[in-house]
Amino acid sequence: MSVPSLSLEGKVAIVTGAASRRGMGRAIALTFAEAGADVAVSDLVVDSGDRNLCAVAEEINKFGRRSLAIQADVSKKGDVDDMVRQATDELGPVDILVNNAAIIKISTVLETDEDSWDSVMDVNLKSCFLCSKAVSKGMVERKSGCIISISSMNALDAVPARASYNTSKAGIIMLTRSLARELGSYNIRVNAIAPGAIRTDMGQHNRPGTGDKHVEIDPEQMKRMEAQLLARIPLGRMAESSEVASAALFLASDAASYITGHTLNVEGGWLA
Amino acid sequence: MSVPSLSLEGKVAIVTGAAGLRGIGRAIALVLAEAGADVAVCDNVVDVDDRNLGAVAEEINKLGRRSLAIKADVSKKSDIDDMTRKVTDELGPVDILVNNAAILGGGWGGQAFDATEEEWDEVMAVGLKGYYLCARAIGKGMIERKSGNIINIDSIEAVNCMIAAGSPYGIAKAGVQFLTRTLARQLGQHNIRVNSICAGGAKTDMGRHHMFDRGLEPVNVDPEQAKQRQAQLLERIPLGRISEPGEIANVALFLASEVASYVTGAIIAVDGGMTA
Repeated sequence: MSVPSLSLEGKVAIVTGAASRRGMGRAIALTFAEAGADVAVSDLVVDSGDRNLCAVAEEINKFGRRSLAIQADVSKKGDVDDMVRQATDELGPVDILVNNAAIIKISTVLETDEDSWDSVMDVNLKSCFLCSKAVSKGMVERKSGCIISISSMNALDAVPARASYNTSKAGIIMLTRSLARELGSYNIRVNAIAPGAIRTDMGQHNRPGTGDKHVEIDPEQMKRMEAQLLARIPLGRMAESSEVASAALFLASDAASYITGHTLNVEGGWLA
Repeated sequence: MSVPSLSLEGKVAIVTGAAGLRGIGRAIALVLAEAGADVAVCDNVVDVDDRNLGAVAEEINKLGRRSLAIKADVSKKSDIDDMTRKVTDELGPVDILVNNAAILGGGWGGQAFDATEEEWDEVMAVGLKGYYLCARAIGKGMIERKSGNIINIDSIEAVNCMIAAGSPYGIAKAGVQFLTRTLARQLGQHNIRVNSICAGGAKTDMGRHHMFDRGLEPVNVDPEQAKQRQAQLLERIPLGRISEPGEIANVALFLASEVASYVTGAIIAVDGGMTA
């Protein structure tokens, strides 16, 4: 009964939505690289504020791994197919796909217009379908592969004013199960992670009262809101992106060889 | 962003139901030991047929780790208290508890209402109450030290009662799943993580009534019927195969280690996609 290996030596991975410095995408990409994989990273926004896709690719190179920085709108089939083709041509057949790209729009259902709904669904959920389909063809041929999609605890706990986000993340859970069922016979494992409160830039949006509206919040009120948030988390703290990256590495590795179709909760017990 | 470690160097673990030489308990005990933990193993049946608790303890020793083989009935508080005391005295405070001991009662197959009151009580006592009693006995020390890890082995029978219709086994395991969530919620504040592995078909002796990939003779089951059931079962598993006990054990190691530092209250399906 030997200790399973977390090595991804010789593997090629794609991680979408990886430009943000504090994000889970970058954390996953770097962890996979350190574990031995060559990693292509993509994002729609490649160089703005705290998002710098090329910097992430360089960090991967510093681990002695190959990388590509690819600008792509993963809600568009054309961009997705180009991304996969480029990664395959320059790094090799894709072994691991991490569907991490997502956006969030804070508004109640009554305030949400059709475009807002569609954009969240397209970037968060349709992208998982498009990217998974694009890499699956090769994975089916090689009878090997691993797909990990990032869902959210909000897929199972309906936080208010995020209906489109919550629903898109819930859809990822069933897409994961469907893909697992269809692709299992080709030795392709498909899983998801449902992160909880993680210290990312998007994570700021899940603090009550903030979001993409710049709302001035009284420091005392902010303290109370934080306390309320933390009170719901059995482990009593938020997580770093690296803790989600660890879980992703586990799912991508041989240690998870009998796990497929599963959504792994990484939320400090929020959903317990 | 460093590669996280699966090391359990310096930890002390207890694994219940570990005497089965093809079992999940033994597999878990060995992988935890391989990762650096000292591991005490317990079982109610210690030396009969394919169960040999002393042999498992020796295998742990061969990995350079300390071990204890303790006969204990997990449905009896006094046995558990003795076990806990002995492990704490001889190996040290317990960091990791793996609740794995369970019985099937009347066995696989059967119909609704087959289980007698005695069978019900027995299955519940070992497979649900036992988990609680062990968690309680060992959890108290974990609370004092503000550190600990509990892993409960449950079963896909708790999600879809497919095979053990005549036994409350699935019901006991469903109870274990909620016990996991409740304990996670209450013990998180003490830095104790509690998770479940919802295990699918594995090549163990408990599974041998259906899975005879090993060429084992099916037990108490008509061979033709068993073959049919096996085929039906495999059709429902996307990965198209039963697992090796080591594949269940690997997930236990993940949960016990720092790699799962933000995972608690999770019920992890390790079933080849059967419940997908």
